Amino acid sequence: MSTTSPPEGHEALLALASSVVAHAAPGEQLEVYVSRGAETSVRVYQGEVEHLTSAHSQGVGIRVIRGGRTGFAYAGELSDRAMREVLAEARDNVRFGSVDDDAGLAEPDGVAPVAHELWSEELAATPTAAKVDLALDLERRTLALDARVRVDDANYDDGWGEVAVATSTGIAVSGRENACSATVSTLADDGDETQTGFGWAVGRSPQVFDLDRAAHMAVERAVRLLGAVKPVSGRVTVVLDPLVTAQFLGIIAATLNGEAIVKGRSPFVDRLGDQIAAPFIDLVDDATDPRAYTATDLDGEGLAARRTSLIEGGVLRSVLHSSYSARRAGSVSTGNAVRGGFRSTPGVGPLALTLAPGTGSQHDLITRVGEGVLVQSVQGLHSGVNPISGDFSTGASGMLIRGGALGGPVREFTIASTLQRMLLDVVEVGGDLDWLPMRASGVSLVIRDITLSGA
Amino acid sequence: MIDRDVVERVLGASLKGGGEFAEVFAEERRSRALGLDDGRVEQVSSGRDLGAGIRVIVGNTTGFAHTADVTEAGLLAAAQAAASAARSGGDGALRTVALTPSTPRRVGSVRIAPEEVDTAHKVSLLERLDSVARSASGAVVQVSAGWSEGRRRILVANSDGLLADDEQVRTLVRISVVAQGDTGLQTGYDSLGHTVGYELVEDHDVDALAMAAAQRALVKLRARPAPSGTMPVVIKQGSGGVLFHEACGHGLEADLVAKGASVYAGKMGQLVASPLVTLVDDGTMVGEWGAMGIDDEGHPSQRNVLIEDGVLTDYMWDHVRARNESRRPSGNGRRQSYQHLPMVRMTNTYVLNGDSEPADIVRATDRGVYVAKLGGGSVNTATGDFVFGMTEAYLIENGEITEPIRDGNLIGNGPAVLADIDLVGNDFAMGNPGTCGKDGQGVPVGDGQPTLRVRALTVGGTAA
Repeated sequence: MSTTSPPEGHEALLALASSVVAHAAPGEQLEVYVSRGAETSVRVYQGEVEHLTSAHSQGVGIRVIRGGRTGFAYAGELSDRAMREVLAEARDNVRFGSVDDDAGLAEPDGVAPVAHELWSEELAATPTAAKVDLALDLERRTLALDARVRVDDANYDDGWGEVAVATSTGIAVSGRENACSATVSTLADDGDETQTGFGWAVGRSPQVFDLDRAAHMAVERAVRLLGAVKPVSGRVTVVLDPLVTAQFLGIIAATLNGEAIVKGRSPFVDRLGDQIAAPFIDLVDDATDPRAYTATDLDGEGLAARRTSLIEGGVLRSVLHSSYSARRAGSVSTGNAVRGGFRSTPGVGPLALTLAPGTGSQHDLITRVGEGVLVQSVQGLHSGVNPISGDFSTGASGMLIRGGALGGPVREFTIASTLQRMLLDVVEVGGDLDWLPMRASGVSLVIRDITLSGA
Repeated sequence: MIDRDVVERVLGASLKGGGEFAEVFAEERRSRALGLDDGRVEQVSSGRDLGAGIRVIVGNTTGFAHTADVTEAGLLAAAQAAASAARSGGDGALRTVALTPSTPRRVGSVRIAPEEVDTAHKVSLLERLDSVARSASGAVVQVSAGWSEGRRRILVANSDGLLADDEQVRTLVRISVVAQGDTGLQTGYDSLGHTVGYELVEDHDVDALAMAAAQRALVKLRARPAPSGTMPVVIKQGSGGVLFHEACGHGLEADLVAKGASVYAGKMGQLVASPLVTLVDDGTMVGEWGAMGIDDEGHPSQRNVLIEDGVLTDYMWDHVRARNESRRPSGNGRRQSYQHLPMVRMTNTYVLNGDSEPADIVRATDRGVYVAKLGGGSVNTATGDFVFGMTEAYLIENGEITEPIRDGNLIGNGPAVLADIDLVGNDFAMGNPGTCGKDGQGVPVGDGQPTLRVRALTVGGTAA
């Protein structure tokens, strides 16, 4: 068999997608999503490269809607033959879908994409050897900080991707972006006991990475847990570390997912305009903020990414919508269609969440809390949190707060409440906004009346 | 998928730069997924992937590259990329590799190829699940049901002369239900998945599956908040294998052990669990979700006893870790797809029967929690701390199962929990199909266990 690919550049991908869309039959909506990209992954261990991966991938996903029925097919190649076969298969799949009067592709809505520099020439020009050296450097810096610390692995990862979306409804967009990160996982030993830590560096190019910060973070998070004990059960006030808050916001976003809401799968159904959070809570999803790690210009359907205010002064103002969930809700898309690549149809999700920061440092928050627990990391968000019922229960580790200062380390306990209560029980938002390598930024967050289950 | 002489030439070229080991892993995958939600068939999707991953090992360094172009030219380009990633020096001489084909045992038993069954039948299956779940009660307000099928053909060849192939067909049905009551919304989930064909839904009672998911949601409408604190926990047969997957399964993976990132490192031959516990990882279980003829490094799947009567007898191994210890791999080298490097993974992990009557285990428990369905879990292998979710659970009061409790996590420490298992039932059953995530890769795994009791686990509820 032979594999052919379009020429380089995302414009060529758009031309390819558009050429397939041109075959749309009368009465048929057609969406062609094509992507290709490459990733480099370096892992080092004890001064040597453990593995170095260089990986290219490409593919096409085609969605067909006819008479309210939807079909989808994909293939991991971009040859002309693949285009023909995938289109035929998607058309065939249409037969088995149910009629849904709200089914439909996105249509141009007049919102212009905010221009971002999503491509770094400096990153693109970085040679592989420099990436290996960077990972080795991160491992060395980490080990140099504390004799009790071992490095489990130090990693450098980057990738570039080009995407084009074209539809018979008039969407025709394309773009390219690249990104990179470095991470280090640590093990801190004291006798028979081991604790773990994690640190990361992000930036538009590896040249701006703060490797010392990553190393310090990874060492401090592991070392300060040495000697951790299981705390006594009770009702406590917790301070969530920025990383934990970002994970918490991701769950809140799942409850504000427009598709979940229109299908009745959220504790916040029919709550628009209600006070659902403490009065000083402002939550936005805004991938147009260039500081966000996941800043972007387009969503998964090819509409412009935009700033959406979800909670304002504690009041629920909007939920996240794709064009489909918006149509069902009688609303408009918020540019929150997300897709996991060419193999799937778009769903709904946040692009870049941010909680409006307060003014206090984490230290200030701890002083004001007086007695409580600083939650440094959580475990089992996928298994103990139910974004439909709102039940929240997660494993945790961190530091006691005693007399307004950090006390001893604690581990092997859970913290529990409900998502509905937690939003209302927020006491203070910290001013320590941190742009984390995830779909939400982090900030220290104080929440009262949490049940701690331990000894 | 690829001609033998082409593979031989590609392996030879991979070693040209002086690599010690080279491997070609080719994979062709066909998938179909159907989703019914909110009363409508919303998802009708099908797709295919074809490609090959090539790795070259030099010293302790692995170079890896993959390509969707499985022509000889495409494979040679990937081979060169992998070799240069491994930074091999070498003399540039072309090596010769002669492959010896092996014929693995098949562990799938496909009676009805899923591709041969009209999609309309699968759609009616989902409609049926929807209507059964809704018939359970007027309180059922939402149902989502899904069908997925996949056929995965793999070919593995390496410079040791190994050449093996396998075909894995997996089918899965899932259903999730939302019920509404005075206390808000509650959810119930169940799934059925095996390494078999369409007969999955003929050999099993899918109506019962839908009803079970609905009942799970309905029962929780009258659930009280879960308790907090440390107490005895009884885990129903076939619902809690994930406990062992997390409490010790990951910790027995040789890659984590070799780095000293496991609490079970250096414990071979020692008592690491209650003498009532015998733990097995078994890729040969015909038809089970984690079954396979060969692993993704071409080695036949095996039944490996990891813990026998509480004593640690072996870890799980892949090619690299086994080579470093000069031992044979154990059939646990797995990868998500041709785009991923293999690593040590579980297959079907389970605990063997003890001799307690399940009813006696509950009766022997004065106050505690009875978990009838577990959700997912996760573990920090270096500390041994692990969590797992409960999605159907009840209080045990005075030796009887009483009121249902709401969802939550349980937390424990692996070695302590294994030592605290004080009763093991005689009613072994396999559990739900699972997807195990490690280092960003997901692979299908199974688990199972008889009803058993852990003397002390921390239950993460909100009640005192």
